[in-house]
Amino acid sequence: MSLLEVRDLKTYFFTQRGVVRAVDGVNLSLNEREALGVAGESGSGKSTLAFSIIRLVPPPGKIVGGKILFQGRDILELDEETFRREIRWKNISMIFQGAMNSLNPMYTIGDQLAEIFIIHKNYDKKEALEEAKKLLEVVGIDPNRVRSYPHELSGGMKQRVMIAMALALRPKVLIADEPTTALDVVVQAQIMNLLKRIKLEYGTSVILITHDLSLIAEIADRVAIMYAGKVVEQGLSEQVYENPAHPYTKALLGSIPRLHGELKELTFIPGAPPDLSNPPSGCRFHPRCPYAFELCKSEEPPIVEIEGGHFVSCWLYAKR
Amino acid sequence: MMQDSVSEARDLLVVKDLRVWFPLRRSITDLIYRRPRLFVKAVDGVTFSVKEGEIFALAGESGCGKTTLGKTIIGLHKPTSGSILYRPSSKLSNLPEGMGAGANDGFVNIVALPDAVLRSLRKEIQMVWQDPYGSLNPRRTILELLMEPLEIHQIGQTFSERYELVSKILEIVKLTPPEEFINRYPHMLSGGQRQRVVIARALITQPRLVIADEPVSMLDVSIRAEILQLLLSLKARFNLTYIFITHDLALARYISNRIAIMYLGKIVELGRVHDVLSEPLHPYTRALIEAIPEPDPKRRLVLREIPIKGEVPSPINVPSGCRFHPRCPYAFELCKSEEPPMLEVSPEHYVACWLYAKR
Repeated sequence: MSLLEVRDLKTYFFTQRGVVRAVDGVNLSLNEREALGVAGESGSGKSTLAFSIIRLVPPPGKIVGGKILFQGRDILELDEETFRREIRWKNISMIFQGAMNSLNPMYTIGDQLAEIFIIHKNYDKKEALEEAKKLLEVVGIDPNRVRSYPHELSGGMKQRVMIAMALALRPKVLIADEPTTALDVVVQAQIMNLLKRIKLEYGTSVILITHDLSLIAEIADRVAIMYAGKVVEQGLSEQVYENPAHPYTKALLGSIPRLHGELKELTFIPGAPPDLSNPPSGCRFHPRCPYAFELCKSEEPPIVEIEGGHFVSCWLYAKR
Repeated sequence: MMQDSVSEARDLLVVKDLRVWFPLRRSITDLIYRRPRLFVKAVDGVTFSVKEGEIFALAGESGCGKTTLGKTIIGLHKPTSGSILYRPSSKLSNLPEGMGAGANDGFVNIVALPDAVLRSLRKEIQMVWQDPYGSLNPRRTILELLMEPLEIHQIGQTFSERYELVSKILEIVKLTPPEEFINRYPHMLSGGQRQRVVIARALITQPRLVIADEPVSMLDVSIRAEILQLLLSLKARFNLTYIFITHDLALARYISNRIAIMYLGKIVELGRVHDVLSEPLHPYTRALIEAIPEPDPKRRLVLREIPIKGEVPSPINVPSGCRFHPRCPYAFELCKSEEPPMLEVSPEHYVACWLYAKR
């Protein structure tokens, strides 16, 4: 049984302009000690997916359908208080996008880390600060920095503090939403090293959400590619990177400039991602797809397993 | 993709020992104690040249001074010292005596030009900005946005003549049919389309040198290649020269002929893009290349060895000697006290590092 399973999840935003179907029928699973990469462009619904799993979808967003099973239990059924006490942060925690700006500038990082232990574990201030120091050490920051304020830290260090917070209660699942945007490559590599160590040493399952397929390749055992609120392809990293099936995945992989190997012409996808308040009929990728035919315009493609554990949602692979 | 045929071409732009320092405000206590004025040394002694018809990449991390350098070349910042020599076309005839193409081997020094002359020069040196969402005035239509450079540079006599030029440039950047876009506002366009407008606005004055500052970094991955292809085809069509500012070394590999790696306001390595990226010399370049992730799951979970420590220091208190020495794994005594010179290690491959100096 998988640790976390998302079944037919639907999260819609009820805006004045209409209903935006940010996540529209997503199926995913995450095993213990596994790293899952969720890739997609801006507006593909990948961040909304993350917020749905941790039940922090901002209004006017709402989870309108589907199930999220954590260890077999549907966490969408729980009342907010039970979810807050038992699941959020303790079992599923998250590193937010732009996390560096999520720290409170008025408190020292030690206070902010200690707060978690005080609230969740009823530690007194002194014990909690000791724990905070240990945590800082884990993420590679000098423990004496507990007295520092966020503005005294560099961007990379602030991100490490955010990771320390997410790790504080030793969660089973760590969701990292674009954890390295706005960081330079050298710092980015250090943060990725840290995430890898967390996965290997603590056995934490990681969901890495990013638009950057190169980053996902650094850590993910399995990859899910999202487009316009749906998962279009899912499989083991080797399967998806070496043998991409969906036309979108193929084009996406072909569009990444590479530092090594031969210089191949970069591919691009004409057009722009669709407006999710009025998504295209049938397969949502069909207006940009070079292989689209009649059926693609009218009917949504089924999910097809093309090899063991490698799923694709495309009419090209469906038996008719 | 790019060939080396430009290596024989003549220089279009020569930047010599350029410094751009921004003074910090002094507080009242600083004034009372007569503390010296501090500067952000954004660009601190940069020398390079760009040949006619080449794509020259300026690469580095955020805060290395690459954007400031680009802005200084088009005259948006006044340099603290140094010179920027540009070879204007013969069309530019209204240059004052002693500054025209006749003097100085055909070059003019942009730094020394009076503002009025600089403005006419801008027709030839244009910039493509990074952020297609922020660089177009949301209250103007595409027509108004593209008319403005024509009015400023007095290109075209009548409205209909200018209208014609605008629809022509829209066709060139493939916003077709132009009538469909000409009366729209920026918010009615996608990110990629907006960036095409930004490119059109730069090209409408028929420049010779285009400075492209991260022209695709704000766009979605799937449409980046399309904009890059557009930039490359425009270069071929109009014989342009590009200075391509980017943080993405892999991208630079695909489009540029030569590359300069900047660190904390200085160029640390310069050469043909293939040489620099396949045989990096400077410890900083090596670390950058080592840190770049590749879309290949084979190296999954292998911890990357990043040979350098810490983060980029503040450009206010630049380290003594080689400014990279506090982070460099090979630093020795000399690096701490003296700034390394630019050394030609192999033909056209330069590095500023004491490791390669003969002593």
